[in-house]
Amino acid sequence: MNAHSWLARVGTIALPVVIAFAVALLLLQLADAPPFEALGLIWEGSVGSAAKISDTLSAWVPLTLAAAGLVVTFAAGLWNIGVEGQIVAGAVAATWVARELPGPAAVLITAMLLAGIVGGALWALLAGLLKTRGGVNEIFGGLGLDFVASGLAIYLIIGPWKREGVASTSGTDLFRPEAWMPTVGRAQFAVIPILLTVGAVVLVYVLMRGTRFGLRLKAVGKNPRSAHLLGISTERYTLAAFLLCGGLAGLAGAILVSGVFHKLVPSVSGGYGFLGILVVLLAGYRAAWIAPISFFFAAVAVGSTQLSLRLDLDSSLGGVLQGVLVLLVILLGGWRARRTRRRMVLMGPERLMEPEGP
Amino acid sequence: MSLELQDIHKSFGPVRANDGVSLSIEAGTLHGLLGENGAGKSTLMKILSGFISADAGRIALDGTPLTLSSPRDGIRAGIGMLHQDPLVFLPFSVLDNFLIGSGRRLRLDREAGRRALEETAGRFGFSFYPDAPARTLTVGERQQLEIARLLWLGARVLILDEPTTGISATQRTTLFEILRSLAAEGMIVAFVSHKLEEVEELCDRVTVMRRGRVVGESEMPAPAERLVEMMFGRVLVESEPTPPPFGEPVLEVDAITLRERTLTTSELSVSVREGEIVGLAGLEGSGQRMLLRAAAGLLQPESGRVRVRGRDLTRRGYRDFLRAGIHYLPAGRLEEGLVPGLTVAEHVLLARGAMGFFIDGAAAREDARGAIADYAIVGTPESTVESLSGGNQQRLLLAMTPPDARLLLMEHPTRGLDIESADWVWTRLLERRDRGSAIVFASADLDELLRYSDRILVFFSGRAVKALDARETTGEELGHLIGGKELV
Amino acid sequence: MEATLATIVASASALVYAVVGETITEKAGVVNLSMEGTIMLSAMTGFAVAYTTGSVLLGFLAAAGVGALIAALVAFASIELRLNQIAVGFVLALLAIELSSFLGDPYVGQHGPSVRAVPIPLLADIPYVGRVLFRHNLSVYGSYLAIVVGYLFVFHTRRGLEMQGVGERADAAFARGIDVNRLRYLYTMVGGALAGIAGAAFSLDVKLGWREGLTTNFGWIALAIVIFGGWNPIRAAFGAYLFGVLAWAALQLQPVFPSASQILALLPFPLMIFALVLVYLQLFRDLADRHPIWRRLLSSDPPSGLGTAFHRE
Repeated sequence: MNAHSWLARVGTIALPVVIAFAVALLLLQLADAPPFEALGLIWEGSVGSAAKISDTLSAWVPLTLAAAGLVVTFAAGLWNIGVEGQIVAGAVAATWVARELPGPAAVLITAMLLAGIVGGALWALLAGLLKTRGGVNEIFGGLGLDFVASGLAIYLIIGPWKREGVASTSGTDLFRPEAWMPTVGRAQFAVIPILLTVGAVVLVYVLMRGTRFGLRLKAVGKNPRSAHLLGISTERYTLAAFLLCGGLAGLAGAILVSGVFHKLVPSVSGGYGFLGILVVLLAGYRAAWIAPISFFFAAVAVGSTQLSLRLDLDSSLGGVLQGVLVLLVILLGGWRARRTRRRMVLMGPERLMEPEGP
Repeated sequence: MSLELQDIHKSFGPVRANDGVSLSIEAGTLHGLLGENGAGKSTLMKILSGFISADAGRIALDGTPLTLSSPRDGIRAGIGMLHQDPLVFLPFSVLDNFLIGSGRRLRLDREAGRRALEETAGRFGFSFYPDAPARTLTVGERQQLEIARLLWLGARVLILDEPTTGISATQRTTLFEILRSLAAEGMIVAFVSHKLEEVEELCDRVTVMRRGRVVGESEMPAPAERLVEMMFGRVLVESEPTPPPFGEPVLEVDAITLRERTLTTSELSVSVREGEIVGLAGLEGSGQRMLLRAAAGLLQPESGRVRVRGRDLTRRGYRDFLRAGIHYLPAGRLEEGLVPGLTVAEHVLLARGAMGFFIDGAAAREDARGAIADYAIVGTPESTVESLSGGNQQRLLLAMTPPDARLLLMEHPTRGLDIESADWVWTRLLERRDRGSAIVFASADLDELLRYSDRILVFFSGRAVKALDARETTGEELGHLIGGKELV
Repeated sequence: MEATLATIVASASALVYAVVGETITEKAGVVNLSMEGTIMLSAMTGFAVAYTTGSVLLGFLAAAGVGALIAALVAFASIELRLNQIAVGFVLALLAIELSSFLGDPYVGQHGPSVRAVPIPLLADIPYVGRVLFRHNLSVYGSYLAIVVGYLFVFHTRRGLEMQGVGERADAAFARGIDVNRLRYLYTMVGGALAGIAGAAFSLDVKLGWREGLTTNFGWIALAIVIFGGWNPIRAAFGAYLFGVLAWAALQLQPVFPSASQILALLPFPLMIFALVLVYLQLFRDLADRHPIWRRLLSSDPPSGLGTAFHRE
């Protein structure tokens, strides 16, 4: 690698980061807030103390799980916008177990997590079948199922699972303590979810890098026709990708109800699914980058809440920062590809030569 | 009036599609442009219509130089092009197809358009139902619509790119009559085709192209052998050492009827034995590809039977054929053979089939290095397939085919390859043949067909018209049969 | 009854702008997936500008500008950089939502100007129809205009036919001398501007005022309605009104099921998606194929070139 391309590579990462922060500073200036103090608050509010780090990690867990799952669906060439609904489905399934299943914490929590995985996977399978059998584009099928899942959650919260006496959209009754995800120390680190998440990232990484399954999935995503000629069933692999992603998203949902809310709340997915799509786009669809980028996103999101508490600003600044960053990385990637294209006109000889007969 | 093209150059990356082409077409003559697929005819005509820009060269109409930077310039200069796949908008009505791209006023006067369509169509004896969606038209009618539109727009030059693909015999007759009358009226008509017999039937003069260059020009009629020789190059057959005797039948195709898009093949039968090489000759789109795909289990026959090594696999899935040792190597290497974005090592892995869940990275690289060495692929295990040259892509496809494959079905095994690569590919194929594999391949290269086949099956418009013993036939006979004629 | 219909017509007006706009964008072959964010950010911008300047007209113009700008980015990324329209649109959607929250913070809960009601002199006196359709404000009348002009433009003008050609088969349009990419820029921006106007119609008329998440889910539903509407401005508008009916019905049920108000508010969204899936079903396609008259009503073939880029090489 020569100096020029090395510079270009650093540039595609550093430049968007610098611009994204510049945009954030500019926005803070516009909002009459002290820009650097605000950024300092985000830092302090996300990694400034053990408790803050614990908060950040509890956002990192569902975000990373969703992103890890999305790496799989993206590899199969799918836009799984239904990931939000799959998180909700997992949360609902886990809540059902928490309400119905007696027994000690170890059994109960294991069952909840498993139920979450199954719930999310089945919800994703619906989107997959709509696509492979019904010809419904996964984006719209997924969006519809997102709406249905949140409708279902709200229905359960105000209907069959309503709190004693009053029905309120603030959520169901708190679970019994056995269903609460155990934590460690004063800062309340939830160790199990963190381990599960690390495990999920490793699983997806290994699956995509080191297994025949991952390789075939990539082949299906990149060129279904060739994959078919190589003897790979495209439908089976499409559905498998949905199942895997849904399972991980459902696990995130189960962890959210068990470890964060301790009950089912209407907006349980918290936008982690959509944010996960941004994470994967920024990571260039590579599993290895998921965990650190998710951590950065989680830190920005958690730290931003300080802005509203301390500076009376809207906490969405973090979201703006994330969005600008991803947009710039994508645009710069396109720009670089275009320059390469211009330098060596590679495209098209096959197609523009004489087209073949029928 | 005349149209002059001088020293036209056009390259796509390393491929020289047009390499110094000069051509002159006189008004009032029907000028044929003849050549095999890939000879550079379409590229030349797209340049002439403004669809793509030449890298260098001059175009003049009636002595006036033209600058053609977009089809708009072409239309203004009175150059109309009828593309091989007529560029109509299928969901739009016939009338809207006629009107789109004409005129500058905002208002779309469909009534005036309807009258113009009826008048123009009437001139040529076409009849359209203006409100029917264009998707209900046959390919021939779509062409008629395009011709009517181009003439209505004031085209003085009409270029037709392979216009007879997919149209009926009657429509072809009508088309030829119209072209004759247009030429007689003093229009410049260029007829692009790879079908010898059509050029013979229609044209007054013919220019033959091969590999991006003009290789000959002739008044018509001209002897067919001479034109075939210009198209395909001189046939130099050296006979290969006698192959081992054939073994048991591998593939038995019994009277299958296939249907795909506009072409139906009727009652094809062929039997291939171990160690045998069968060449499929014929103009592109005469049914060879369909036979190959049916033999691979990718296209289901409507009737008839397909047996592989004695087992009846009719209407079984593609994967049953794979399991039986049948392998299909398509012509579109990057489109349906390889997966762009994946590396050589990954392809070798994909081809090895189910061998455990985990990938042993080191072993896979070793495996890929082995394939690279065995098949002399220029590249590394980490090279992505789209970065390989066409020859190396073909070598990789071969490397991905298991050595114990019983039957290789190949479409244009050496298309786009340089001579050295092509020879190399055939050396490997003959080795496989010597070990008992059977090979069926379709090719447009007469030399290749004659040199390597034991038998040659000649296709003409969906039928296998003749089976030849490759050792007893000549390039001349083959050229005639391909053109649709029996040697008298 | 008239009052009810009048309410539905008025409340659906914003969505009408959005679906007509996206229909035009997609007719030209581009998917602007950023609708959710475009509508949100332009709703905020429209309100903020109108609040600051006191001019509703300036609010609408600013909102249209924001919508066109976002659309221009989608077009640029797709045409010049050959990026996936879905990816860029999705990122822009989320970014614009966050921007609307951040920048709109000072305007939350403020009372701003709104579009004045102007009964149309003679038409308003038509019995029944007048009360339903012609006793509204300019924003609502504008939504009628968007439908009618949109429909006439797409199906009855030369430029509209060219636009459809660009979306249907870019190479064929190019061969007829049409500048494919220039038109794609143009119509993507026109569609974006209409989505921007939809946003302003929300914050300055339908929902009066700004708060975070004011137009949540309306952008997604607009995208779905465009499909439901079979890429025809009139059918799409019909979809928007149908959605208005569902939303109204849900509102009416709230006193009946007070505890279910939240779910009722959400209900129209999945119902709309189900309607969409129904249209997709083979049954309806067969019906449309067998009865040509139904085709206009039921067929739902997207422009063939939707979401693809055109490169001449």
